[in-house]
Amino acid sequence: MTRNALSAIDMARFVAHGYLRLDGVVPHELCRAMLAEFETGFTPTAFGARFDTPQAHWPGRPIEEIWNEGTTFGRVLALPAVQGLVTSLVGTSPAYDHHFVHVVEPHHPHGQPWHADAVIDTRWAFDIQLFFFFHDTPREMGATLFLPGSHLRRVHQGEIGRYHNIVGQEVMACPAGSVFACHHGTWHCGQPNRTDRRRFMLKLRLNARVPQRQLFDMTDARSPEVYDILHRYQPWQGTDARLDLMQHAKLWRYVSGDDTYDVEYYLTRLENQSRAAPPTRAR
Amino acid sequence: MAARQQLLLLCLASPDLASQVVAWSLYDGAGSATSMSGDSDAPPYSSVLHAMQDGWRVLQLPQPQPSTPGVEHQPAFLKWEFALERMVDVT
Repeated sequence: MTRNALSAIDMARFVAHGYLRLDGVVPHELCRAMLAEFETGFTPTAFGARFDTPQAHWPGRPIEEIWNEGTTFGRVLALPAVQGLVTSLVGTSPAYDHHFVHVVEPHHPHGQPWHADAVIDTRWAFDIQLFFFFHDTPREMGATLFLPGSHLRRVHQGEIGRYHNIVGQEVMACPAGSVFACHHGTWHCGQPNRTDRRRFMLKLRLNARVPQRQLFDMTDARSPEVYDILHRYQPWQGTDARLDLMQHAKLWRYVSGDDTYDVEYYLTRLENQSRAAPPTRAR
Repeated sequence: MAARQQLLLLCLASPDLASQVVAWSLYDGAGSATSMSGDSDAPPYSSVLHAMQDGWRVLQLPQPQPSTPGVEHQPAFLKWEFALERMVDVT
């Protein structure tokens, strides 16, 4: 476990809600330097890169090979709060997946359809998507919209685009220097920019290269506070909400290594059945 | 005058038409009232029944389906999506 590791309570919040936020952790001087690089030309992205470019071959490489501490963004990633967040979720030296500087021009009138990034994903291993906001980003400036608790719903990319608004949706409205870490499955969408200023957001996806097991401070892992967080429904989950609680318990088992952990006995009841009757008696 | 269709999609918490709206969209064939992501944090109606009482006609009800073997416990989409329509006159 590294310095500034997440507490078990914060980890439970990530497991149940699919995100964590750090407000204003990047110093103003670094924020200004990052914004200047966005204006003049930031690191090219691997996303959609031509095969004959170097960046097309970056995915899977350790992140420090892309941005070391000699670079502005490398200094951002080395901030203790950011490093604690990243290493608690995907371990030390995670792999670069891709990044993208998302720009919403002034008075851009449209919201993106809801989507989950990449493709349908059946793993328990999870990637994180870091959303960096280096200037104040109020809602009217196009703060990204996202749905807490949606990360374990198995959908493919833009298939959720027919929903326009969902009870419990939140915006990443935040002060300059803020970072959101989202599970890769989180439903989200860009928003209109009703201001006179360009909105920048840097998104970086990272893959774990180590087992995502007990990477955080396990002190309170069996506490009532953790249980309460994992046991909480989202207002939009409806009749499937108990299935979401089962997913919380499964993901908590994955990150904590506590293979008997349960919420409301939903998993254990089914596991007990398999011990009580031979498989041939299964329904 | 000609009639145009407005389509209101309401996702409910359960198959009960009186249950709470959890997601919504409006597609307006008559003009520019079509909604988009993030333009409202409060649903236009509390339930499908509430929308019916305001003149919306139910066009389609979601059908309960047995769960797929092997993924019975894997949630995905919002299950209880109702389509409602209203015809409006345009000049």
